Amino acid sequence: MKFERYGIGIAKGMALTFKHLFRAPITVQYPEEKLAVSRRIRGNELVWFLDKCTGCATCAKACPQGNIEIVTHVGDENNYVVDKFEVDTGRCMFCGLCVEACPYDALAMGRSYERAQYRRGDVILNKEQLQMSDIRQPSGYARPKIEATLPRQNLLVYWDKKKGGQKLRWLSLSKKRGRGV
Amino acid sequence: MTLLEQFQLWLGGIWPDWAAYIVPGIVGILVVLGFVVISVIVFIWYERRLLGRFQIRLGPNRLGPEGIFQPLATALKILLKEDIVPAMGDKIIHWLAPVIVFVPVLMVFAVVPFGEKAILADLNVGIVYVVAISSVSAVGIYMAGWASNNKYALIAALRTVAQMVSYELPVVLAILGVVLMAGSMSMTQIVTAQTLPFIIFQPLGFVIFFLGTVAEMNRSPFDLLEADSEIVAGYHIEYSGMKFAMFYLGEYGHALAYACIISTLFLGGWQGPFLPPIIWLMIKVVAVFSVIVWMRATLPRLRVDQLMAFAWKGLLPMAIINLFIIAAEVLLLPEITPWIIVAMNFVFAGVLIVLWSKLFTLGGGRVEV
Repeated sequence: MKFERYGIGIAKGMALTFKHLFRAPITVQYPEEKLAVSRRIRGNELVWFLDKCTGCATCAKACPQGNIEIVTHVGDENNYVVDKFEVDTGRCMFCGLCVEACPYDALAMGRSYERAQYRRGDVILNKEQLQMSDIRQPSGYARPKIEATLPRQNLLVYWDKKKGGQKLRWLSLSKKRGRGV
Repeated sequence: MTLLEQFQLWLGGIWPDWAAYIVPGIVGILVVLGFVVISVIVFIWYERRLLGRFQIRLGPNRLGPEGIFQPLATALKILLKEDIVPAMGDKIIHWLAPVIVFVPVLMVFAVVPFGEKAILADLNVGIVYVVAISSVSAVGIYMAGWASNNKYALIAALRTVAQMVSYELPVVLAILGVVLMAGSMSMTQIVTAQTLPFIIFQPLGFVIFFLGTVAEMNRSPFDLLEADSEIVAGYHIEYSGMKFAMFYLGEYGHALAYACIISTLFLGGWQGPFLPPIIWLMIKVVAVFSVIVWMRATLPRLRVDQLMAFAWKGLLPMAIINLFIIAAEVLLLPEITPWIIVAMNFVFAGVLIVLWSKLFTLGGGRVEV
């Protein structure tokens, strides 16, 4: 006589869920805790490097939507001087073709993903707004040199005592959890 | 003499008779209502947090310390919502249904003993009152399903009636075992009769009663009448605003009421060392509720035919046999030491569960699961 039935399966299942009570939750409490995104993320918005750009407009030609508007004039040293470089990120689908097309690495995808705006006009970015700043960092998409400097992606927030995490409380974790990977 | 009667007697010396009779009653009702509503709010929070921990999540933890105010925010949101009655629905019955679901739940608490004297009405047929009153909410759910003029609601209503009627029988038969052993139907005397909790005397009766009540309060894995994946929200699909809140309150109030009844009948009620009686009752109630949440976190929902088969082929015959065993023990072995009866009943419970599980094998037991 096998004791496979008789409620053994239910008991096994109940024991399994009971064990889950003592595991650390996998929830990422988003605004306070953020995971490191992929190093090659095609995040919202582009990052434009003023000194590298020659004004060749290859990016504008590569864009399937025609979102990039670039106006130049000829400068003193027989070069292009960029007068206007505007990207309508409202219509942008973040395909990354402009970044791949740029011959001088003057354009990169952004790493940020919290760039919602209140006005439609605010998503059209001009020359000054597109340059690198604290909140606008370039991602490693099609830019291996940038990628090598970025932190690796993680998929979980780990509880790690050595990195300043605190003890597991019964119902929740403390907000000061350490981060692994 | 209960606390309420003492209050009435004391007030009778000061106030006219009719006021001294009515005012303590109203005070008692308000105390019980406050207790139920506050407990339900705490229970909603507790269930969501505990369910989260069972599923390796956190659960609501934003509003207030550990998210304790989340149910209040939910309640506020629900109260502000528009009240919608379906165009072709029966408006009067649609209005009446939430009340009929909620009020019996509240009435059950009248006979729950929170302490030796802390009981609203010490009826000598207390447990019969509980059985009678708690069945009324099935009518309310049926009315809700019927008046909504919605196919899902109607399916849920029909399922409810089938489920409630089926599971009433094993529950009542399991209660009879307790009544036989306690020798009384009064809730206070059932509690005082438990020198050892009846769960030790009647393990099988406890299992039957527990599963039966979980089915009666329509909680997972018996939550067929609001099965989200099949019939969306079941009987309260057409309800919103305050009326939906009444159903929600009634559902959790039902769970609270039955947790109280299970604690009273099988776990020794308010009895316990050191701590005050009300604390002991609440500890037992929370423990029972935790097990219910644990079941919800683990077990998948039964099919309708499985539900019916479990009631009529599983619980009912076992409850009848359990009743016969208890009756024989009470009648033939009244003077024997309790531990022999305990051992006998555990053996009977094991044998019966193994025998009856044969009925629920696939393909007559030929198919390995």
